[in-house]
Amino acid sequence: MRLPNLTRRGVLGSALGAAVLPMPAWAQGTPRRGGTLVVAADTQPRNLNPAIAASNGVFYVASKVIEPLAEMSYDGSGLAPRLATEWSGSADGRSVTFKLRPGVSWHDGKPFSSADVAFSAMQVWKKAQNLGRVLFNDLEAVDTPDGGTAIFRFSQPTPFQLIRNALPAVTAVVPKHVYEGTDVNTNPANTRLIGTGPFRFIEHKPGEYYRLAKNPAYWDRDKPYLDGIVYRVLPDAGAIAAAIEADQIQLAAFSAIALSELPRLARVKGVQIVNKGYEGITYQLTVEINHRRKELADARVRRAIAHAIDKDFVVRTIFSGYAHASAGPIPKFDKVFHAADPALPNFDVARANALLDEAGYPRQGGTRFKLRLLPAPWFEQTRQMGDYLRQALRVVGIDVELVNNDSAGHTKAVYTDHAFDLAIGSPVYRNDPAISTTILYQGGLPAGVPFSNQYGYNDAALNTLMNKASETLDAAARAQLYREFQRQVAQSQPLIHVAEFTFISVIRDSLHNVANNPRWATSNWADAWLSA
Amino acid sequence: MNPVWRIVARRLGSAIPVLAIVAVGSYGLLALAPGDAVDAYLSGGAGGDAAYVAQLRQQWGLDRSFGARLLAYLLSLVTLDFGWSVAFGRPVREVVLDRLANTLLLMSAAIALSFSLGTVLGVVAGSRPGSWRDRVLSLLSLALYAAPGFWLGLMMIVAFAVKLSWFPLGGIGTIGAPLEGLARVRDMAWHLAMPAGALGLVYLALYLRLMRSGMVEAWRSDFVRTARAKGLARTRIVWRHVARNALLPVVTMLGLQAGSMLGGSVVIESVFAIPGLGRLAYEAVGQRDVPLLLGIILAGTVMVILINLLVDLAYARLDPRVVRR
Repeated sequence: MRLPNLTRRGVLGSALGAAVLPMPAWAQGTPRRGGTLVVAADTQPRNLNPAIAASNGVFYVASKVIEPLAEMSYDGSGLAPRLATEWSGSADGRSVTFKLRPGVSWHDGKPFSSADVAFSAMQVWKKAQNLGRVLFNDLEAVDTPDGGTAIFRFSQPTPFQLIRNALPAVTAVVPKHVYEGTDVNTNPANTRLIGTGPFRFIEHKPGEYYRLAKNPAYWDRDKPYLDGIVYRVLPDAGAIAAAIEADQIQLAAFSAIALSELPRLARVKGVQIVNKGYEGITYQLTVEINHRRKELADARVRRAIAHAIDKDFVVRTIFSGYAHASAGPIPKFDKVFHAADPALPNFDVARANALLDEAGYPRQGGTRFKLRLLPAPWFEQTRQMGDYLRQALRVVGIDVELVNNDSAGHTKAVYTDHAFDLAIGSPVYRNDPAISTTILYQGGLPAGVPFSNQYGYNDAALNTLMNKASETLDAAARAQLYREFQRQVAQSQPLIHVAEFTFISVIRDSLHNVANNPRWATSNWADAWLSA
Repeated sequence: MNPVWRIVARRLGSAIPVLAIVAVGSYGLLALAPGDAVDAYLSGGAGGDAAYVAQLRQQWGLDRSFGARLLAYLLSLVTLDFGWSVAFGRPVREVVLDRLANTLLLMSAAIALSFSLGTVLGVVAGSRPGSWRDRVLSLLSLALYAAPGFWLGLMMIVAFAVKLSWFPLGGIGTIGAPLEGLARVRDMAWHLAMPAGALGLVYLALYLRLMRSGMVEAWRSDFVRTARAKGLARTRIVWRHVARNALLPVVTMLGLQAGSMLGGSVVIESVFAIPGLGRLAYEAVGQRDVPLLLGIILAGTVMVILINLLVDLAYARLDPRVVRR
């Protein structure tokens, strides 16, 4: 897929979406001011503060109000400035200097300065944020020589590349004067947001809507174009499809509409299907493996399972073509780190059978052994993958018992109790392997941490390699280490990556400047506009 | 004591043990479900580390034993404190009261529709059992009863909101329009027409069938034969003798239904995006928010008890023998 600027070919070139994409109206015309954008929302996070709860459900609403230091971008460097205008790392990896944007003020009128960044980093990201607690563990202090400069000081050498890649997701800046001296976790501003973004938080009616209004004092003077955004809480996927058809909402993001409805909606006049703008939040469909189980501790058995899975069939059938077959733990979108490895098991049933025989599990009455499979309930596709895997493994003589749980039950069973043999998961790739990918392979983690290695897998050589990569300062050398990491796991398959998928947006063609960065749905929408 | 007051006193007296059993039972049942509120919360996010998880459990009071939590909950319940909802980060009382009005409105509109229309159509069908009117009505009502509520709701949305644009797609009011007084009532009625219609239509058949079969039976009884023999007008027999006797089981049904409608509306509330108790309960289970779910169950229990009391009083009015016993 092409990355540079949004061109018609760039959009059409991706996946099967090409077949249903008409001429993109959002590539033309001059922006019109005004209008309220109404979009569908399906979750109402308990804590809406993106500086504490770094997750896509929170960003979807909060990223319009509270901004990070930098946002992802399709062009050149991969980053576009937001609250920071420049960033640079020192050669010894112990400090990172940010030049901050001048003339920015908070929604309550107070000026924004480096003190806010220092406070957010030390008191919020490092102490209270799900991702930041790990990432900023070595952050010792943030110096503020003047109001426009923040210098992060680390106690251990920290790769600047990692910090750069993490900026969009973990550096939402909150106002010091609102949070200082309070309990950060229970501050009322966690639900009534105060930020510097293009939209101000107006109200949240639980179960009904969130309402944001234009920030007239936004630092990017011409923007935002919209007068406001309303997030309507619509829990039913069928009702969301009807709402977009009736033009009562102009956007259904995050695949809120079932993939099976898309061919029909694509024919509705004024409705467009966009499968771009989520590359920066690529999800990966994985088969999680409990290595405590004797059979599964054998790499031959794991490779056999990987050989039994037809990834292309999964992409075609379960994802209706809106996905790509995986080639290892780092998505193809990430050109810096991704390296396809020839050792990756391909779809080959004969090879799978041979490996299982070789591992000493011959068929007895058609069956070799029996496994419990727990598909994660979060997506329709994770559940369907459970059904598919059951059938795929039956072909190679492995009997599978499906165990279905709801979200809380699944999280407990897999990540705390380890009461599974196989599970279907969907981790998010966050643009650097050290943020949420290597944690799936790191040995010796305590039980009870979701989306981490709770698989009983612990390989000393791989642990050493991952640790070395996480503290290597030179970007090229670091990328090389992660290529080596991919080579090793392609061979031993501690975890099987099946597909990488992003989401689909269904929009009205009155909405413009859609999908113009890789985290579009979770970016600030300052340049989005509605035609009359 | 006035017999009517005796009914009230007896009913309210038995309500207290019922509430206690419901509270302890539901608390225990939800504790048996695998995973707690922290697991539910983490599954929607991007993970964290072990210390973060432990800190959340401690903040939400989930690090104590089951017995300690249950005891603390029951003690606070005695003082009418319904606890703190961990999923919403607000007091349970506030969260439930926010939604209660919507559910009551939707429910009473739907019940009123199904009860009144169902009974009247039941009388029409039952006044001449076996006639073409009876057959057509029975067939239609069965077809409606067989249709799943969400499907009926979605079809109504497609027809009346998407194609004809007569009604809004969902919600309970126009967003961002600060309406007052009569305009606000009209706006709400406009929004609730379709969901109440969908919910009411599904249950319509129940009343119609019950009323009709009650009337068929009454036609065969001796007092109706007597009434006919003494030459009473047919309309008078239908209304005074047949319909009145057939109404008793229908009223019983009304009482039973008031409870089930609370559960049945989860689907309609989701399809029409109405923030009501049904959907709240669904969210509470998914989030393992024990205090919130219990708050909803208790609110529902109180509602069912009150409605049953009203049904008993209506019985006393319809059939004086009930009071004498």
